[in-house]
Amino acid sequence: MGKTKTADLSRRWEKVKKSWYKFSKNPLSIIGATIILIIVCLAIFAPFAAPYPEHAGSFVNFDEASMPPNLKHPFGTDVFGRDIMSRIFFGFRFSITMGVVVITLAAPVGITLGLIAGYMKGTWVDTVIMRLTDIFVAVPPLVLALAVCSILTPSVFNAMMAVTLMWWPWYCRMVYGIASSIKNEFFVQAAEVTGAGKLHIIFREILPNCYGPIFTKISLDMGWVILIGSALSFVGLGAQPPTPDLGTMVADGGKYMPDQWWIAIFPAIAIMFIVFGFNILGDGIRDMLEVEEV
Amino acid sequence: MRFLKFFARRLLHSIFVLLGLSVLVFLIARVMPGDPARMALGPRVPEEIVEKYREDLHLNKPIYVQYYYWLIGAIRGDFGMSLFTKRNVADDIREFFPATLELILFTGIVMSTFGIMLGVIAARYANKWPDNVVRVISYMGVCTPAFVFAILFLLLFGYILNLLPTIGRLSPWLDRPPVVTGFITIDSLIAGNLVAFFDGLKHLIMPGLALALGPMAQEARITRSSMTENLQRDFIALERSQAIPERRIMTKYLMRISIIPTVSVLGLDFASQLGWAFLVELIFNWPGLSRYGINVMMRKDLNAIVAVIMVIGLLFLIVNIIVDIVVAGLDPRIRLGAERSK
Repeated sequence: MGKTKTADLSRRWEKVKKSWYKFSKNPLSIIGATIILIIVCLAIFAPFAAPYPEHAGSFVNFDEASMPPNLKHPFGTDVFGRDIMSRIFFGFRFSITMGVVVITLAAPVGITLGLIAGYMKGTWVDTVIMRLTDIFVAVPPLVLALAVCSILTPSVFNAMMAVTLMWWPWYCRMVYGIASSIKNEFFVQAAEVTGAGKLHIIFREILPNCYGPIFTKISLDMGWVILIGSALSFVGLGAQPPTPDLGTMVADGGKYMPDQWWIAIFPAIAIMFIVFGFNILGDGIRDMLEVEEV
Repeated sequence: MRFLKFFARRLLHSIFVLLGLSVLVFLIARVMPGDPARMALGPRVPEEIVEKYREDLHLNKPIYVQYYYWLIGAIRGDFGMSLFTKRNVADDIREFFPATLELILFTGIVMSTFGIMLGVIAARYANKWPDNVVRVISYMGVCTPAFVFAILFLLLFGYILNLLPTIGRLSPWLDRPPVVTGFITIDSLIAGNLVAFFDGLKHLIMPGLALALGPMAQEARITRSSMTENLQRDFIALERSQAIPERRIMTKYLMRISIIPTVSVLGLDFASQLGWAFLVELIFNWPGLSRYGINVMMRKDLNAIVAVIMVIGLLFLIVNIIVDIVVAGLDPRIRLGAERSK
């Protein structure tokens, strides 16, 4: 027993090493991973990394208001004299938290329901779950999220809940497709014949075969969720001022558009940067795990 | 016959989804904290009038009874009154919907033509410089939200180059052509008013591009990967061995099957741009359904919110049916009636 376990472990270790080799040979994945690492570090250590951490809140200094990018303020200052670079670093916090919270809530729910529906394909359980997802995906996620946010009081928490509510069906659909096709494979049938329980089959036999697409989707979705979150903030239904948020900053800066372009443009570039990072990281993971299409 | 059966099944499914969506949206709208009657009438109206309002709109009945009355109204095209415009919601939608549809159709045309074109170019010159250029454009497109494109375009074309109008559908000094379809470009063509046509088209360019660039990038990527994959197939080798001209193989045989995944995604993207249109219409002050949607959301105008979402859901389902039919037409192997891969 002990021996097989070590052999199993070392085989797994071999697999991880092989995957890492493939991942590291792809320059784009490395760039993506680096970008995300930098952004996460900036978000966590924002109070230390930001040149003017006190500018994250409702700080006002009209002497330095609306300054174009200069040495003291590399991205310029907004109409209240707050350093835009510092506010972007703090804005990363909200974006990353949004992505992490939404995915950690939505993915397990969607995956579990998708596995159950896929394994019980053809029964009423399958019908109920999948028709429910049909309803949720019949409207673009952004529209329903906007509606839910507007009906509730706008806040960061409600924005996250609204996006989570719209996000699980996509995981459910993806996992359903995989699960319903591998439930007829021999190894699942073998487990059934040896008397394995339904829970064991769903979570120990079928789920491990879905890891590749799931991880790829999680990485790509981080970017999407952050986009949706910034869109909610953009219309004022997400983070409320003075909390620094990239979407809110773009919206505020848009009002001073042609003359004070830096107020909107730098936060906009920051959003692009984050999403770009998650996208190429996701592509890297897809290639590494040899996932066809997510 | 098979087609009819397929169509009927899709239609039935769509009706079911619409009903489900209406329940969902109705629930979301009613679990809201606060009293809808009080919100509709304002804080200073005496209680007995509020009570009468509740009575008239069945707001004092259990939620399933309220839903029943709402559904009866909705089937007749009556979505109640809007608190924001003080008009019938159905009239509002009739007025604003064509503007959004015109914008979205323009977006769809731009993203499908250029997306497929870029994808074909990338596949034709796989791993050479055009492919790399397309790849860079794709990444830019995928990671930039539509509202950022909108603001960048405003700055570049609207203010710096001063090439394109920045707000609305038509310049204020032009008379609106008589309404036939509700599309300014088509109406002005019908009226023979070329000035208005080009003006309307110019107004479409910035919001349309802002919406189209993201999905366009995705179409390009999908078309490229599907084409390069199919290029390895046996039937291409067979056609080449029969000395069919390369151009003809590319356009006639390879394109046709390679754009199937693109079309599937195109339908989804087309519909999901309705979501981003909420922001883009706001930025360009485009008098469409999405701007109306944002306005009523900001005012918690429940009747209007529910109606806007239902209209978008309906459009989404129609697009999906069209996509299914187009895909089936492109690929004879896909049996109509067989379920599309999820």
